[in-house]
Amino acid sequence: MKLSRRQFLAFTGTTAAGSAALGGSLLLNPAHAAEGSEQPGKVNLDYPTTAVSKAGDLKVGQPVSFTYPDASSPCTLVKTGRKTQGGIGPDGDIVAYSILCTHMGCPVNYSSEERTFKCPCHFSVFDSELNGQMVSGQATENLPRILLSYKDSDDSITAVGVEGLIYGRQANILPSA
Amino acid sequence: MFEHKKGRIALPPANAQKTQTCCHFCIVGCGYHVYKWPAEQEGGLAPNQNALGLDFRKQVPPLQVTMTQTMTNVIQDDDGSYQRIMILPDKDCKVNSGLSSTRGGQMASIMYSPQTPVGSKRVKYPRVLAGDEWRDTSWEEAMALYSHLTKLVLDDAGPDQLMFNLFDHGGAGGGFENTWGTGKLIFTGLGTKMVRQHNRPAYNSECHATRDMGIYELNNSYEDAQMADCIFTVGANAYETQTNYFLNHWLPGLTGQSVDRKREVYDDGETIQPTRIILIDPRRALTVALLEEAIDNENILFLDIEPGTDTALFNGLLTYVVDQGWQDDEFIKEYTTGFEDAVKANRMSLDETSRITGISKDKIIQAAEWAYKPKESGHLPRTMHGYEKGIIWGNDNYRIQSALVDLVLATHNVGRRGTGVVRMGGHQEGYCRPPFPGGRPAPYVDQEILQGNGQMLTSWACNSFQTTLNAEQYRNEVLRRSAIVKQALRKVRGAGPEEKAKVIHKAVKEDGGLFVTVIDLYATKFAEAAHMVLPAAHTGEMNLTSMNGERRLRLSEKFMDPPGTAKPDCLIAADMANALRKLYEAEGNTDMAKRFEGFDWKTEEDAYNDGFRRAGQPEAPIIHSQGGATGHLATYDRLRAAGNNGVQLPIKEYKNSELIGTEMMYTDNKFDTDDGKAHFLPAPWNGFPEMVDDQRKKYRFWINNGRTNQIWQSAYHDQHVEFRRGRYPMSPLEINPEDAKDLGIESGDLLELFNDYGATTAVAYLEPDIKQGQVFMMAMYFNSVMGDLVTPWTDRNHIPYYKGAWADIRRIGQIDDYADKVSFKRRRYV
Repeated sequence: MKLSRRQFLAFTGTTAAGSAALGGSLLLNPAHAAEGSEQPGKVNLDYPTTAVSKAGDLKVGQPVSFTYPDASSPCTLVKTGRKTQGGIGPDGDIVAYSILCTHMGCPVNYSSEERTFKCPCHFSVFDSELNGQMVSGQATENLPRILLSYKDSDDSITAVGVEGLIYGRQANILPSA
Repeated sequence: MFEHKKGRIALPPANAQKTQTCCHFCIVGCGYHVYKWPAEQEGGLAPNQNALGLDFRKQVPPLQVTMTQTMTNVIQDDDGSYQRIMILPDKDCKVNSGLSSTRGGQMASIMYSPQTPVGSKRVKYPRVLAGDEWRDTSWEEAMALYSHLTKLVLDDAGPDQLMFNLFDHGGAGGGFENTWGTGKLIFTGLGTKMVRQHNRPAYNSECHATRDMGIYELNNSYEDAQMADCIFTVGANAYETQTNYFLNHWLPGLTGQSVDRKREVYDDGETIQPTRIILIDPRRALTVALLEEAIDNENILFLDIEPGTDTALFNGLLTYVVDQGWQDDEFIKEYTTGFEDAVKANRMSLDETSRITGISKDKIIQAAEWAYKPKESGHLPRTMHGYEKGIIWGNDNYRIQSALVDLVLATHNVGRRGTGVVRMGGHQEGYCRPPFPGGRPAPYVDQEILQGNGQMLTSWACNSFQTTLNAEQYRNEVLRRSAIVKQALRKVRGAGPEEKAKVIHKAVKEDGGLFVTVIDLYATKFAEAAHMVLPAAHTGEMNLTSMNGERRLRLSEKFMDPPGTAKPDCLIAADMANALRKLYEAEGNTDMAKRFEGFDWKTEEDAYNDGFRRAGQPEAPIIHSQGGATGHLATYDRLRAAGNNGVQLPIKEYKNSELIGTEMMYTDNKFDTDDGKAHFLPAPWNGFPEMVDDQRKKYRFWINNGRTNQIWQSAYHDQHVEFRRGRYPMSPLEINPEDAKDLGIESGDLLELFNDYGATTAVAYLEPDIKQGQVFMMAMYFNSVMGDLVTPWTDRNHIPYYKGAWADIRRIGQIDDYADKVSFKRRRYV
């Protein structure tokens, strides 16, 4: 994807400009999320189970947006067209990630040609087929992966957890609004 | 603590300790803050409950913070208490304005923790080889052995048998405290000239030419890039190697956001135009590729020069500029010497330039017009020239640099805002030492070792097994000679330091052995040859001052204890000097004892005050310090108050509780020469050195080499950090897909590279932007030593031609794990 001058300036300008460019999008919506696990006897957060899509509705190279684990965490579901590590669905090629770059939270773009995610702000590149591994760039963590579950019986895909910390959060689960 | 899903993070409480630090790594020296608090506490989600002042009760918007688990750690203080740390970029630092690079962003995770893999690799106590195994020991025992042996060698054979491989810089593994401490021991105390620097085989400058011409190599400010009409960058890959300088200062100009900055400094009526960029590099590096995506392509000119021909290009440009009459005659006449001789010697026609460099005449003319043709208003353009290893490690360092600075001087692109002719730099700077006791050229120390000279070799905060030329032969010889001492040590039992030193002395004097000491954070690859390893401290474990690529001096504050009994390099040097002084005093040799006086330092600040702050002061010895004679103004307290913006050296004055520095050098056209004038130097095109040309004719691939974003230099930390080593288990070798196909190579294949000098390994990484017949690999990775393929040829000052390597490539096979777990997607943002 070629980044337009306008987008580029918005992302690399002042903080205010950066936020303004994204204002009104789902990013700044208030959170409505499950309570984080605070009980003894638990290590993992209590992630919600959220229906995302039917595998049959997905087309190779055409990502589908969704939010997980709450409405203020934009994610993308991708059918890469190649069986991949941790991929689900009949072809083992469906994966999902948070689209907030782990560096500074700019939304990454999916390149269907390279099957990578690219951040227009500081040019980090993440591999959609290898657990979000940072290919190059300024991040210090891979792109957080949304863990998916697939049910043969009804072809449904559900999001069940997150691997990695989503940008701009102390914990992946926000306190209830 | 390892937690693979990393779904949450402990926030610093509002009252967490907050100190300042510079990034340990590249020359840019981004400012960061270190938060530290007891491990059992954590800050709350509301802005007033955490030290970051951010509202974590909801999603934090983009560009507000960089905060990942990598930026946190749990450390243990000497009192046994566990403390959390978080290291985040400083929004108020003029260098990075809150940006974090992939290197700096990982600082917390490489700080010592007893619980991390990288922490477990730290050397915690002095250790001595007992022939076949390492034994931890006390500093007293280690210093006694080192000083007894040093004295035996010094008294018997003189200082030339004491060899050092020595850091000379700032940042971690350096700093003004530590260059001074080591320099005072080695130059004033021991008096040896057999010293090589961390990345080259002699004690010299990478910038002799520009200095001889009167221009110090760091002569502008980072913000000058925002004021430039044109950025002329050669042999540099700024996005990967000076990341936040590029992101925070180059891109704003190149995206038209710095008009106001230009207006502030331009003359009345001077044309303000969009900043353009000329990139000269044989390889379409990441910087070129992303600029083509990020800025108006009409403002980019990429000259994919034939390797090793930069001198021809600069000479062709100089000739063209002079033929057009675009030089600054008044400046040349008043403030320089040697213009006509240089123009005559360097003269090269466009046809000839194009033939040698492989760049079309049209592009050469376009470059000349962008960089040097007077603007519409009649003013000369303000062109900033930034160069780095492409020419520093290029075909005759002294000559190329002369040719470049000739071009810069003719067009007066120094001393005006928006100009400058600067090295882009590797690590930060931090030089403060007594005068080097050798001449110029300084001894080629690696060759001395190969010829059997040297009885003791001390490798201090560097690792020349990975960072030298002709590396395979050097490594083999050091290991062979080291083994002679190891053999001798096997027979020593129950001996004290003095007795042991005598056994070693016999082995080094009579049997051709070499006693090797490594002083470092880790037992590096070089430690394979060592008989003694001494544990050092780095940034954060000591107070440490450095300056960045715009001469910005900052104090990185100590916030934790070093592991075990590790200590700062300056205090290790002091221990050595004090031990030697006592030995000489004991035998009544007052002359020698006197040479080791003045090391009664308790802290690193004592060393700083003794060196950096005494330079140029009455009754002080001669001190070569980057702080010059006004360094004394920069006390630790004042630097603490100056925060991450520090002060740009040289300091002009201390006024109203503020250190006032120098943004740009040579604004008065007075240059650093005896007559104050800048000196042109003739630099005719040289062709290739014969030794190098033999390899070029014989082998198929040019082995281009340099850094990648994620890996810092010799990978001393990175090789122990999963995020990095997992990405690059071995150096990637970028190779053109057609060449790969021809050799039956696929991405992920293990390769051997070989020529007449040595062989190394790398992992194939197919990349269409790489030209056929050329490949690119990391320069000094721990298991892919590119220096193995480099000839021993150097320029007149013993600067290597690391970029001058040619080799053949053989497919070895595949390691499934590499192919499965490493991404081979294109690294370029395309």
